[in-house]
Amino acid sequence: MNMAADFAMVLPEEILSAAAILLMLVAAWGGQQVTRLVSIVSVFVLFGAGIALLGPASYGGSAFSGLFRADAFAAFCKVLIYGASAVAIIMAPDFFGRTSGDDLRPEYPILILLSAIGSGMMVSAGDLLTLYVGLELQSLSAYVLASFMRRDSRSGEAGLKYFVLGALASGILLYGISLVYGFSGSTLFADIAQAYAGGRSPGLLFGLVFIFAGIAFKLAAVPFHMWTPDVYEGAPTPVTAFFASAQKVSAMAMGIRVAVEAMGPALADWRQIVIFASMASIILGAVGAIGQQNIKRLLAYSSINNVGFTLVGLAAGTAQGVSAVLFYLTIYVVMTLGSFLVVLQMRDADGQQLETMASLSGLSRTRPGLALAMAMFMFSLAGIPPLLGFNAKLAVFDAAVQAGLFPLAVIGFAASVIGAYYYLRVVKVMYFDEPAHSFAPGDRVEGGLIALSAAFVSPLGWLLLAPLGAWTLTAAQSLF
Amino acid sequence: MQGFPILSVMLAVPAVAAIACLFLRAEAARVVALAATLIDFALGIVLWSSFDIGGAQWQFVESAPIFGRFAWALGIDGFALMLIMLSVFLMPICIGASWKSVTERVPEYMAAFLFTEVLMIGTFAAQDLLLFYVFFEAGLIPMYLIIGIWGGANRIYASYKFFLYTLLGSVLMLVAMLYMSQAAGTTYIPTLMAYDFPAHVQTWLWLAFFASFAVKMPMWPVHTWLPDAHVQAPTAGSVILAGVLLKLGGYGFLRFSLPMFPEASSQLTWLILLLSAIAVVYTSLVALVQSDMKKLIAYSSVAHMAIVTIGLFAFNRQGIEGAMIVMLSHGLVSGALFLCVGVIYDRLHTREIARYGGLSINMPRYAVFFLLFTMASIGLPGTSGFVGEFLSLMGTYRVSTWAALVCTTGIILGAAYALYLYRRVAYGEIKSEEVRAMPDLTSRELWLLAPIAAVVLWMGVYPESFLAPMRQDVGRLLARIERATPPSDSNPTAGRPTALAAAAHAETHP
Repeated sequence: MNMAADFAMVLPEEILSAAAILLMLVAAWGGQQVTRLVSIVSVFVLFGAGIALLGPASYGGSAFSGLFRADAFAAFCKVLIYGASAVAIIMAPDFFGRTSGDDLRPEYPILILLSAIGSGMMVSAGDLLTLYVGLELQSLSAYVLASFMRRDSRSGEAGLKYFVLGALASGILLYGISLVYGFSGSTLFADIAQAYAGGRSPGLLFGLVFIFAGIAFKLAAVPFHMWTPDVYEGAPTPVTAFFASAQKVSAMAMGIRVAVEAMGPALADWRQIVIFASMASIILGAVGAIGQQNIKRLLAYSSINNVGFTLVGLAAGTAQGVSAVLFYLTIYVVMTLGSFLVVLQMRDADGQQLETMASLSGLSRTRPGLALAMAMFMFSLAGIPPLLGFNAKLAVFDAAVQAGLFPLAVIGFAASVIGAYYYLRVVKVMYFDEPAHSFAPGDRVEGGLIALSAAFVSPLGWLLLAPLGAWTLTAAQSLF
Repeated sequence: MQGFPILSVMLAVPAVAAIACLFLRAEAARVVALAATLIDFALGIVLWSSFDIGGAQWQFVESAPIFGRFAWALGIDGFALMLIMLSVFLMPICIGASWKSVTERVPEYMAAFLFTEVLMIGTFAAQDLLLFYVFFEAGLIPMYLIIGIWGGANRIYASYKFFLYTLLGSVLMLVAMLYMSQAAGTTYIPTLMAYDFPAHVQTWLWLAFFASFAVKMPMWPVHTWLPDAHVQAPTAGSVILAGVLLKLGGYGFLRFSLPMFPEASSQLTWLILLLSAIAVVYTSLVALVQSDMKKLIAYSSVAHMAIVTIGLFAFNRQGIEGAMIVMLSHGLVSGALFLCVGVIYDRLHTREIARYGGLSINMPRYAVFFLLFTMASIGLPGTSGFVGEFLSLMGTYRVSTWAALVCTTGIILGAAYALYLYRRVAYGEIKSEEVRAMPDLTSRELWLLAPIAAVVLWMGVYPESFLAPMRQDVGRLLARIERATPPSDSNPTAGRPTALAAAAHAETHP
């Protein structure tokens, strides 16, 4: 492979990096007043990077002697990541503009861009070190984003908590990487897979456990989930939406790639870990959400719950399972962004953000359209047909049943009933209770995005099932 | 009629009307809803009249594989036809029943009912396993909202209980469906109905489906959501719940459990008979002591549904035909009884039986209708209830004399609680001035009850109209499950009419 071909495969990353550096200079010189400009340019840059994915970045194979993978799987995940990042930038100005205290600063879109680059590296990694570098770039930007509201003590607390626990997780992951390197003699996925195929050794097994623990932390899968509710609650809402969407995709995709490409021969070993994490996340995510009064904390538990469902697909360990995970993630990202956009609309007459469940009371009378959209997201997250969330659950359990994991499917489905309880609670508050607040009218762009995501999860989205299914399957098959 | 996608149109009409309702004011929404349900009823009549009795098993077939994993496949046989007719017949009546009594958030209310209609028709018409599940399960959402928004005082508890109970039942069914579609390589129901699953797998699949249908039915001991849901739901909600949604369970047994798992059905017939026998006696006794009218009718529904299940699992023609007629009859009769309760509830705003009395004096027309439906509920000959219960119990007798014996006491107990209810409400002295002031049926209410009364009598006097479309399908079902007929303790021996006739002949002509 010559150098030019290698660089063509990382074109999206190049575009994003160059833009991030340039915009940082613009921000440094321009100061506060260029915020709007930087935001708009960042969104276009993300679109540009998305278009660049059409090139060798989606079919080139491996670049830089196997350090970097440019395949359909990575391209698919990057589409989701870039899309979610763009939405996170679009939803920010209105939020910061209305919240007293902190203004939006031009660094916000730049940090999102940097985080998107890191996420892109994670899903494209062909080597444990590429993976680690990508992960750190993504995480460091995320720590800053979490504490972006400098005068809000909750935001600062969220950033600090995220940083301390994130650093611990990185340490665990790095320890796992060092063990795997020590016992297999390489950090390249292909070589590691050979070492795992060659037979079991305690060192490799320990490495596997530590690496999966690190991934579980990034994914917020039980038992490494404790940071999630606090960080989600404290971080500014657009950042929370970003954490719950783009970061979830990148962490999940990284997990899939490591599991399938590097540790594929050790399927039986990591499957136990994945099944445990999946069951525990589904159940704990569902039970933990029941008592929550803060809507952001509720959505945090909901994300833990959903991670559990995506892991069901990974536990199957087949191309169909991975395809189901990607399918699930796509629908999940739309539902999550939609719900957070609705949360952003929850503002009292002064524009201050409201976050309690009670403030949603009677929303169906004051803002019927908004309530309908939120109800659709909630039923969809609960997996009730005919909303699209049902098809997502169907896909992962279909894969699990095909792999013969019947107990997993039965327990998972039964636990989804517990989850349905708290999603129903949101609907109950909106539809059955008397109106409490009338929200300030919302932004038109956000309204449009909400309508778009609601249309996607509605039965209209069913028409996309066949093409989306075909696309995720192609993406998944590029790993096997 | 072939080629015109009448089933899709029947689904599209209420769906479009429901979306339109959301954008309309209350008066317009009522009119649109009534018009849409009447159009659907008219389409239903067209469907019935162009249904070829004795023709192909599946008619009006449509199929479009547009959803990737599963297809938009519709088509009906005689069973589905009858249940679709029941749904489209009851829907305009439900809209009419809510015309005056629902005053808040009317557009949403009408939209919820129209969506329910779409989902009910879809459930009966679906020919794809997963499409069936989608329609079956989606019905929870509008019903949850109907109970929760327009229900009584304790509506929130009832709506949660209804939703979570039925959801828990159905998710197990979904796992079974996934397995079946992978094992058989298709989600097309007619193919699956002829597919032979291994016997040990059948048992598990049967139990998974049972979990869902038993809750939906509802069978004892998972019936407890029903009285709560009924009591709290608005009148029209109760009508649709009792009239059609309870039939989904019976339809499920008929469409899935019996033809797909005949061996398992045969092995587990004892379970069905046992639970049904307990249900008949227990819920009838519970109904006897109720002081709330709606609760009384709700418990009587559980007892009637038990007669359906024993008939279905009798593995013979009388039983299955009887079960279908009980389902249709119960849909009409219990729906009408809930309407009767709604009529007086709208006047006095209480369902306490003790508050009423002597209604036959000041509401004679009402008393006549109420009496007719009470008698039909008991199963008086000449009404639809008799035909169904008689056939069903006769079929059961050929499988288990004990089950038939216990379940027949249900008719006696049914007479007890229904007549006792009627005596307390309609006979005796007028209880209070409030009751005396209650006016008789208005012409709107008359128009709601009269059509049901006509059909109840029609089904009681000439059930052939309703049995004819199903006859061939019952035959096909029996041909499929015959090989697994469970052993019987009755062993009826056929009479010998020819020998007797010959003997008589010999006597007269020595």
